[in-house]
Amino acid sequence: MAMLEVEGLEVTYGNIRALRGISFKVEKGEIVTLVGANGAGKTTTLRTISGMTSAAKGKVTFNGKDLLKTKAHHIVRYGITHVPEGRGMFGNLTVKENLELATWTRKSKAEVKKNFERVFSLFPRLSERINQKAMTLSGGEQQMLAVARALMSQGELILLDEPSMGLAPILVKEIFRILEEINKEGTTILLVEQNAHMALKIATRAYVLETGTVVMEGSGQELSKDMRVKEAYLGG
Amino acid sequence: MSYFIQQLLNALQLGSIYALIALGYTMVYGVLGLINFAHGDIFMAGAFFGFFTAYLLKLPLIPTLILSMLLASALGIMIERIAYRPLRKAPRMSLIITALGISLFLENFTRATLGGQPRSFPKLLEIQDFTFLGASVTNLQVVIILVSIFLMLVLRYIVQNTMIGKAMRAVSDNKEVLALMGISLDTVIMVTFGLGSALAATAGILVGLAYPVIDPYMGITVGWKAFIAAVLGGIGLINGALVGGFILGFIEIFAAALLPSTYRDGIAFTILIIVLLLKPTGLLGRPVIKKV
Repeated sequence: MAMLEVEGLEVTYGNIRALRGISFKVEKGEIVTLVGANGAGKTTTLRTISGMTSAAKGKVTFNGKDLLKTKAHHIVRYGITHVPEGRGMFGNLTVKENLELATWTRKSKAEVKKNFERVFSLFPRLSERINQKAMTLSGGEQQMLAVARALMSQGELILLDEPSMGLAPILVKEIFRILEEINKEGTTILLVEQNAHMALKIATRAYVLETGTVVMEGSGQELSKDMRVKEAYLGG
Repeated sequence: MSYFIQQLLNALQLGSIYALIALGYTMVYGVLGLINFAHGDIFMAGAFFGFFTAYLLKLPLIPTLILSMLLASALGIMIERIAYRPLRKAPRMSLIITALGISLFLENFTRATLGGQPRSFPKLLEIQDFTFLGASVTNLQVVIILVSIFLMLVLRYIVQNTMIGKAMRAVSDNKEVLALMGISLDTVIMVTFGLGSALAATAGILVGLAYPVIDPYMGITVGWKAFIAAVLGGIGLINGALVGGFILGFIEIFAAALLPSTYRDGIAFTILIIVLLLKPTGLLGRPVIKKV
């Protein structure tokens, strides 16, 4: 049994069918990426897994537990952390407070302290800005804070929605380097990206989404060499 | 000079009452975006809880305060659970009308069960006069001001330093993401209503001690004034409620000292209109940035 299994997932917004029965899985230790154009259903998929959006049909299980019947704030306790589209900062809270709130489900003080140390060694910039309000951070720093916050919750699986969005290429590289590092330390990652080039490079496996369905799957390497993927998402 | 100090203490006393109630308006607004029009009636209910606790259980001041705060918290939480939560996704207008309905319900339910006549509030404090810088002061005034300031500090500590307080501030930034941190929005809202109602109950008892009559409609005018105080300071902001409460208290007392006292209520509403015209987000409020 895979860590995360999505089967025949359908989601509708009013009359719009955002997901038309997609299926995929994520094995423990993998980096899986969903690539696809705007409106393919990538964000909706992540939102449904983490309980922010409800499904019309299908099945989502995490370590055998049914997620579709579980409320969002309980799903975190199962070990899934979602870094949402647009980073989801608490803008009026400080960097430290943003990180602290992510430890809501963690009761051990020693554990929390360890997580703080880990996060600050990965993101030294954040430790310099610790008492600054999150809304005063630059886009790149906010993205780092969003990833750092996910690490504070200590999820086994991190769902990442467009971590490269709006960032300078050098920062995108930095973020992806850190994602690989986090993955090596044992965290499984499900990554949604429009920057298919970068995503496929670090992905163990990848799925291509088009208008709410999976149209292709394979290893990251396979897909980045595939002609159709190249034409559609990698600029030829 | 002594006259001025006298009025200053009166203003502090009135201002702290307004501030205590305004905090409840502003906190609920912060998490739900709702003007809880029933909040003034929780203040009234708190006064009655104090009345019964003191008369029936014969408890002294502090236990009366604590028990009434707990009862009012329960009432506030119950109102949210029964009346507001089912409307969480409904249009804002439905919520506001419901709040007005709850307000009328609390007033009329109290009148129907307890009668409309004013009741004299039990004397939980032996009133003593003393002179301070030439002004005559009662120990009650000092107690009112100190209890209020103490509770404001406690609230400030909770909001700034505890996890639930941080969550309360986070709600107004981003409701959805709060759940992604494993925090239940319902819990945060519940605590907000609980805290706000407890502060209103304290104000109710302090007013009961000071005036010393209470009646089922006592929450209307005071509730509106506290609401004005919250808007004046900047609704949704804790510091705004404090600033607004004290400013309104000062203006009212000094206006009453200089003008015929019948102008007093009118002044509060005049201030509301002026603030809304000049600075719609309140004295401490930032201009609203509309995202496109």
